[in-house]
Amino acid sequence: MINVLEQRRAQIHRKGESTAPLVCDRKSVAGSVTQRACAFCGSRVVLYPIADALHVVHGPIGCAAYNWDIRGALSSGPQLHRNSFSTDLQELEVIYGGEKKLKQSLGELIDHYRPKAAFVYSTCIVGVIGDDVEAVCRQVSREKGIDVIPVASEGFRGTKKTGYQAACEAAYKLVGTGDTSSIGPCGINILGDFNIAGESWLIRRYFEEAGIEVVATITGDGRVDDLRRCHGAKLNLVQCSGSMTHLAKLLERDHAIPMRRVSFFGIEDTAAALYEAAKFFDDPGVLERTQVLVNREVGRVYPELKRYRAILEGKKAALYVGGAFKAFSLVKALKLLGMKTVLAGTQTGSPEDYALLREICDDGTVIVDDSNPVELAKFILELDPDLFIGGVKERPIAYKLGVGFCDHNHERKIPLAGFEGMLHFAREVHASVMSPVWQFVPRRAARAVGQPTRTPPTPVNHPAHAPGDGGRPASIDGALHVNSED
Amino acid sequence: MLNATTAEHTERKALRINPAKTCQPIGALYAALGIHKCLPHSHGSQGCCAYHRSQLTRHFKEPVMATTSSFTEGASVFGGLSNMTQALTNIFGIYQPDVVAVHTTCLSEVIGDDIPMMFKKFREDGKLPEGAQLIHANTPSFKGSHVTGFANMTAAMARYLSERSGEVRDQLNLIPGYLDPADMREVKRLATEIGARFVMFPDTSDVLDTPQVGRFEMYPKGGATVAQIRSAGDSFATLGLGFWASEAAAKELESKCEVPYEMGELPIGLGATDAFVDAIRRLAAKSVPANIERERGQLIDLMSDMSQYLHRKRVAVFGDPDHVIPLVRFLVELDMRPAYVVTGTPGKAFEENVRQLLGPAGADAKVKAYEDLFSLHQWMKAEPVDLLIGNTYGKYIARAEGNLPFVRFGFPILDRVAHRYFPTVGYRGAMRLIAAMTDALLDQKDRECPEEFFELVQ
Repeated sequence: MINVLEQRRAQIHRKGESTAPLVCDRKSVAGSVTQRACAFCGSRVVLYPIADALHVVHGPIGCAAYNWDIRGALSSGPQLHRNSFSTDLQELEVIYGGEKKLKQSLGELIDHYRPKAAFVYSTCIVGVIGDDVEAVCRQVSREKGIDVIPVASEGFRGTKKTGYQAACEAAYKLVGTGDTSSIGPCGINILGDFNIAGESWLIRRYFEEAGIEVVATITGDGRVDDLRRCHGAKLNLVQCSGSMTHLAKLLERDHAIPMRRVSFFGIEDTAAALYEAAKFFDDPGVLERTQVLVNREVGRVYPELKRYRAILEGKKAALYVGGAFKAFSLVKALKLLGMKTVLAGTQTGSPEDYALLREICDDGTVIVDDSNPVELAKFILELDPDLFIGGVKERPIAYKLGVGFCDHNHERKIPLAGFEGMLHFAREVHASVMSPVWQFVPRRAARAVGQPTRTPPTPVNHPAHAPGDGGRPASIDGALHVNSED
Repeated sequence: MLNATTAEHTERKALRINPAKTCQPIGALYAALGIHKCLPHSHGSQGCCAYHRSQLTRHFKEPVMATTSSFTEGASVFGGLSNMTQALTNIFGIYQPDVVAVHTTCLSEVIGDDIPMMFKKFREDGKLPEGAQLIHANTPSFKGSHVTGFANMTAAMARYLSERSGEVRDQLNLIPGYLDPADMREVKRLATEIGARFVMFPDTSDVLDTPQVGRFEMYPKGGATVAQIRSAGDSFATLGLGFWASEAAAKELESKCEVPYEMGELPIGLGATDAFVDAIRRLAAKSVPANIERERGQLIDLMSDMSQYLHRKRVAVFGDPDHVIPLVRFLVELDMRPAYVVTGTPGKAFEENVRQLLGPAGADAKVKAYEDLFSLHQWMKAEPVDLLIGNTYGKYIARAEGNLPFVRFGFPILDRVAHRYFPTVGYRGAMRLIAAMTDALLDQKDRECPEEFFELVQ
């Protein structure tokens, strides 16, 4: 098998070869090119979509600069969250403390923008120089009359997971402070959808059609007031389980709101999520409307999906994503397209996650925790997938190796959630996997005709298709009348 | 998103809104990629490294390799020695670089980690593979900017690797500054065409602009080799481009290896490229070849052809000092009117330098170092400009101001691709800048002018 760092061997499995549980939940090995980030990054991504709050990064400029509007977490109203606010700590503050500067910054910002609430993110350095961020927040909160909430997101506290927890704690400070009297009997919260490319809007529409009231989407297209009253919902649907389970548990503990883990990626999982909510409410109308909706939507997207499946059948996919729940959905969604997952990896999966992942994958699938570019590149060469699903750091690696790519992370530009999203996903996968550009890539060109890789590709009359493709030309849209317009 | 920006300038004492800079480590990481077979290493929490790699990948659309000490709470209390030792052991064990270039982060700076001591211990414990090199730069995020980090790492290359053998070589040192690979390539081409023998470091061409070959190369073929950087100590002179990014390394070569240096601006625009070409010609004792004379003539031809669309245009410029200064010089050469000139990097010299270039005609211009884009936008609202030039983040302002013509220039550019392959330095780069500016201005006219003024020929 592929050479890996010795300490990482237990974090990689091949289904069918070992039954021992995959080792995960481990700190990254120092000196590896880990794709993981830090606690600050975790907190920032979870709270960022709350659009009418002020997000102030207390630290040197970098922490604020690198996550300035890099996630397409859309807001239907205020766009305040997309700005970058930082205390830009300098050497003097590092020596004498940054509390004064933080207080002044918060004052100036609150006066100028009049936000609904403010989140103050601590960075590594704040944790080390010992600023009492909580005290400053309390004081500004009193003076300005808005909630100013500290987020304990010092980077060194851990991986993104640690940051998720800190973010949940911070968001929870708002929960329970709003009036819930106008919320109807069938109210739910959707946790862990961040409205990337407008996905929360899609999902919200489904529930509303079924007669279920979405009290709060947390945090996609998020609002401070929605958080305040979200304890008035009867059920929490938790999508990105890694980031939001903690908040759901707090709501369960203090407000007796049950939670269900769901996913809105793929037809199966979207339908299951909708039924999960519909069945929870003892209302035949809701269930009936959900059935109508699911049947209609599936009927709408299925014929086109089948056409893509005919083309993609037998192709291989590799995925390396942040959280495990997304990986489950993707494996299933790829199956629906006739594709086989040959590599499934996550940055932050838990032992249970990996057990489940192993269950749904085919024999031979490599399952990996906290991988790195060298490993990923080696996996690609060995497993020879047609598609890689990952995020910003994986894209250029896949392209360099001549493999199609689909961004299923925060840089995706089209909604991939819901029934419609599955169709978008299929279109994107199809477009990338079948792109004529791969025929110009030496490795792929050789694969198509079984030549050694050194032979230069001959693009003309030399379509790149895998054996078993049935000799279809690389560009088949026209031939099969697949409607790829939006 | 910027609808809360008011024309009335709000006095701020503390905070930074929409910065025009970022922190030192990313510059150090980028510089280190300009050494052949070098693995940059971030000594701090792993988020820093992930952020830098992601941001550089967005700019270059290339894989960016770097490792991290993966600090935890324990390391931030007890120091990062064991993290560093483990990291170096793993790095040499699995990734086998020729050089590991360590930069610090705010965290390891504040807890006072002593990197040279850590290196010494690693070496004394016999863990450093034969021939492998360790270098480091202190890059506290709370001082300077990404440009400072680049400068510090470049200086570290000279400090650790350059050596004086006593025999002066017939070669010039070129320190190119914080340039994109395409620009570094163009600097080399110009020097080569003039016939100079030189070593250049850092050099990220063929590292971050690699062709698609169907392979993933952990260490692409580009980058200055250790042997080249070592030989820089024997060169007869150093030419540094860009005071902020390159002077520290040039000085280091002078004090360590007694190589005399001169500094020049990045060759952006006519005058700055003239100065660069002249310096190379003079230092290398060569004459300027006809090829380069022709390029210069073409640039002047284009400047005169397009002057009617450019002259007297009010421009707002922001970016890194080394880029902005020669760009302002070029705008003045084009008879344009830089009205606001901003850098996020601190340094009074920037303001003085730009003021001098603007002369009495630019007395009303606002010139500010250590400033942010919120202020720039406020000024632009109070008194508008015709054109905005800066990195990707300028697009918010351009949009908020009614799709103001906007030319992307500098670092980072996250949403367009031209910078990856087409230089903005040299005479040809200046031509590209003219094309970009006139495109932006004329596209706006074509889009917005009344039907009767819509013209076929411009």
